[in-house]
Amino acid sequence: MTDKLIEIRNVHKAYGAVKAVDGVDLTVGSGELFGLIGHNGAGKTTLFKMMLGLLPASSGEIRIGGRSVHGAAFRDVRRGIGYLPESLALYDNLTGLETLHFFARLKGVDRSTSPALLEKVGLVGAAGQRVRNYSKGMRQRLGFAQALLGSPRLLFLDEPTNGLDPQGILEFYRILAELRQGGVTVVLTSHILAEIQQRVDRLALMRNGRIQALGTVHALRQGQNLPLTLRVSFRPGDDKLLMTTLASLNIGPVETIDGIARFACPRQKKMALLAALTAAGPSIRDIDVHEPSLEDIFLGYAEEEAT
Amino acid sequence: MSAIEFGQIGVIAGKEFRDRLRNRWVLAVAAVFTVFALVIAYFGAAQQGAVGWRSIDVTIASLVSLVIYLVPLIALILGYDAIVAERERGSLDLLLSMPITRFEVLLGKFTGLAGALGVATVAGFGLAGLLLFYQLGSAALFHYGGFVLSAFLLSLCFLSLAVMVSVLAEDRMRASGIAIALWFFYVLVYDLLLLGLLVISEGKLNLNFFPVLLMLNPADIFRILNIFGFEDVQRLYGLATVFPETLANPWLLGSAMVFWIIAPLGVAAWRFK
Repeated sequence: MTDKLIEIRNVHKAYGAVKAVDGVDLTVGSGELFGLIGHNGAGKTTLFKMMLGLLPASSGEIRIGGRSVHGAAFRDVRRGIGYLPESLALYDNLTGLETLHFFARLKGVDRSTSPALLEKVGLVGAAGQRVRNYSKGMRQRLGFAQALLGSPRLLFLDEPTNGLDPQGILEFYRILAELRQGGVTVVLTSHILAEIQQRVDRLALMRNGRIQALGTVHALRQGQNLPLTLRVSFRPGDDKLLMTTLASLNIGPVETIDGIARFACPRQKKMALLAALTAAGPSIRDIDVHEPSLEDIFLGYAEEEAT
Repeated sequence: MSAIEFGQIGVIAGKEFRDRLRNRWVLAVAAVFTVFALVIAYFGAAQQGAVGWRSIDVTIASLVSLVIYLVPLIALILGYDAIVAERERGSLDLLLSMPITRFEVLLGKFTGLAGALGVATVAGFGLAGLLLFYQLGSAALFHYGGFVLSAFLLSLCFLSLAVMVSVLAEDRMRASGIAIALWFFYVLVYDLLLLGLLVISEGKLNLNFFPVLLMLNPADIFRILNIFGFEDVQRLYGLATVFPETLANPWLLGSAMVFWIIAPLGVAAWRFK
């Protein structure tokens, strides 16, 4: 992390008695790819809207590049931000190109950059079509192109892969990787945790308006100390040695299907177990070790909160 | 906040205006105005057993009755969902995330829709005016021009009310309900209420504040603005005769209409936070 691009200090947002955001402190560094995850209603979108200055915070302070999102400099701040809202709605009666022209004028961006952006998101063939006739995926691509108008230094992407097909998702992350090479800072949310876990530098897990956990995926895993999942395949009818080894290390329960044993292994016992199994000779054929997924981490924190 | 950027207002206004041109709204309304104006000018006296071109005063008096019903309705329909439709569809967040203030969005919407109304009014009544000019001569044109201008002002008053409704209403359904209620109230009910008040009070009422009550309805201001000065028309109207001549100054009445354009917009700007 280099300098702080986004600084959020003790921000609250209340709607009557409901605390949508309840004391969030967060800094995002310049050039970082930052993920925001959490259940629906956890406060992600509200936090997004406050960072954009669409909603005033009930208390606390948000600064983008050292400047307030509400003050006299708000136009400059906004010109440096690209935003893709979660429930994207565009104007059905405009064509793709006209849509980009319209937002380009509002952002004070030269409209000659619009065709290149459409090409970047793979919509060049549909530039002259009305948005009315676009599929959900095409609208999402157009929304992404809109966010890229004016080469912003900061992108807020709320569920950016919504409605995209697998090919589209890959292309989206390819473009995101390119942008990061250029030093663009990205804050994104996604409910598909598997999708963002290999891609974000750090993430914040939001729950009930608070940040419950914050750090790299690796650090969150360590913090949870969740067990690893192991899959061990053995010679048919020869699982005795495996079972005794597991019993001696006090690991279980074990689920066995078609010559493959599957079980959870506490992180501290991993090396001892692997040593025992490699010493066991030909009855063990193969070993797969799986780190807990972001879903597991997410659920782990949810359970922690519940207990 | 920061100073108003007129360029941003222009971007929003340009989009609204082009949308109305493109979906042929402007063309349709202009055509309606032309056809009605010509039909009224030529057939307006058919009830009296005659057809043909009449004096400009009588023609305008007939047109005023039409415009009072039609123009507020058209303006309300045009503007009632200006903001609420974007909010409901979800496009408002993206729009407001741009380097633009809410006030600029509001003013841009109003200006663009006002432009569409203006072009439709001037083109629609203007085309009819050209034909009337051939029949009735150039002196008539001056009166007619005043009528067209006041019709445009009337449309702006109701557009302003409509934009206010579009900010205050929770959803489009409610907004359309409120817009229709406003039309009923100002166009159909208000004058009846005033007449009823006069009758109930049996003349004991001080008539001095009556003109003020008339000023509270932009449709009545429009009526007074157009029929004063026409001797032979004044007697056609009951209500307007209670209006003192001193208050019938076109500049005063025009200012009252301008107030009716600014005030609802002001409320809209205040509530659109």
